[in-house]
Amino acid sequence: MYGKGLRALSISTVVAMTTALALVFFYAPLEAEQGFLQKIFYVHVPLAIVSLCGFVLGGLLAIQHLRTRDPRWDMRSYVAIHMSLIFALATLITGSIWAKGSWGHWWVWNEPTLVSYLIIFLLYATYQPLRFAIEDPERQSRYASVFAITAGAFVPMNFIAVRLSTAYLHPRVLGSTSNLPGPMALTFLVSLAAVALLYATLCKYELTAKHTRAQVRALRRRLSGETARPRGGRSAAPAAPPVKVAPAGRTAP
Amino acid sequence: MSAILIAELPALPLHTAGKYVAGAFIVLFALVLVYVAIMALRLSRLERELGELLALSEQQEAAGGDQLEQRESTLAYPIEAHPPLREAGK
Repeated sequence: MYGKGLRALSISTVVAMTTALALVFFYAPLEAEQGFLQKIFYVHVPLAIVSLCGFVLGGLLAIQHLRTRDPRWDMRSYVAIHMSLIFALATLITGSIWAKGSWGHWWVWNEPTLVSYLIIFLLYATYQPLRFAIEDPERQSRYASVFAITAGAFVPMNFIAVRLSTAYLHPRVLGSTSNLPGPMALTFLVSLAAVALLYATLCKYELTAKHTRAQVRALRRRLSGETARPRGGRSAAPAAPPVKVAPAGRTAP
Repeated sequence: MSAILIAELPALPLHTAGKYVAGAFIVLFALVLVYVAIMALRLSRLERELGELLALSEQQEAAGGDQLEQRESTLAYPIEAHPPLREAGK
């Protein structure tokens, strides 16, 4: 079910990533102030944008879960947030590398964008422990959805608050691509598309893997003659939705 | 061929900022590689589980066949002429 279109998506991601890298290193001109260091911009900023959008997406999927009570939406929300957290970690690391090269420090505490992003990261870092702390799967998914919606609403509010703050020390990108020269803007947009495709592909891989595992478990239960779904150990990952295994052509006498 | 291509490419100023740029891109690739490694582990586990399930289903089939043969040997006439057991044997 989830594996449909995975191959095409994977190929698109590889093509987009290769194109983006070629544009970054061989097409985009060097920036006047930062020079070669500015190339980090093409990986750091798309990672940040995609991770923030992923957090919001996780909230939207959680709304759908609460509306329908369908565990598949909880699984999607979980995967979206899980993957965004990994992208957010990459954002923080690449941002620190850029800060070291540009400002001479790995981290500065008086820069609102950095600190607000760290707050968002730490907020979402509590998502998995929250899930793990609740044993009952139904309650776990419900509480996790409420968390995802609340935190997802916090992301754009936080973004706007930082924009409204007076300190404009951090290089601004979103909403100002028109200020970038043509080749730089094109490279940035291709990089953004490549990172977004990478995010979508990894989410789809994760969902396919989880669904396949659930199918294998259902098959094992069927072959071993179990009727009820056994309660597994405590896990932060949502319980896989029930999987239907097609009836066999022959039953054992 | 690759030497000609590299010679034709613009020189990259790698002296000072190069290590930072390389570091940033390596971080991205390292994360993707770690993810691929995790997926490879999961795939191998899945392959092993499927192998176990295949063996289990073969065992069940073999056990089912033996039972059928035992029943057939106790019948006065062949299983082909016995509708309920013939259907069970399908």
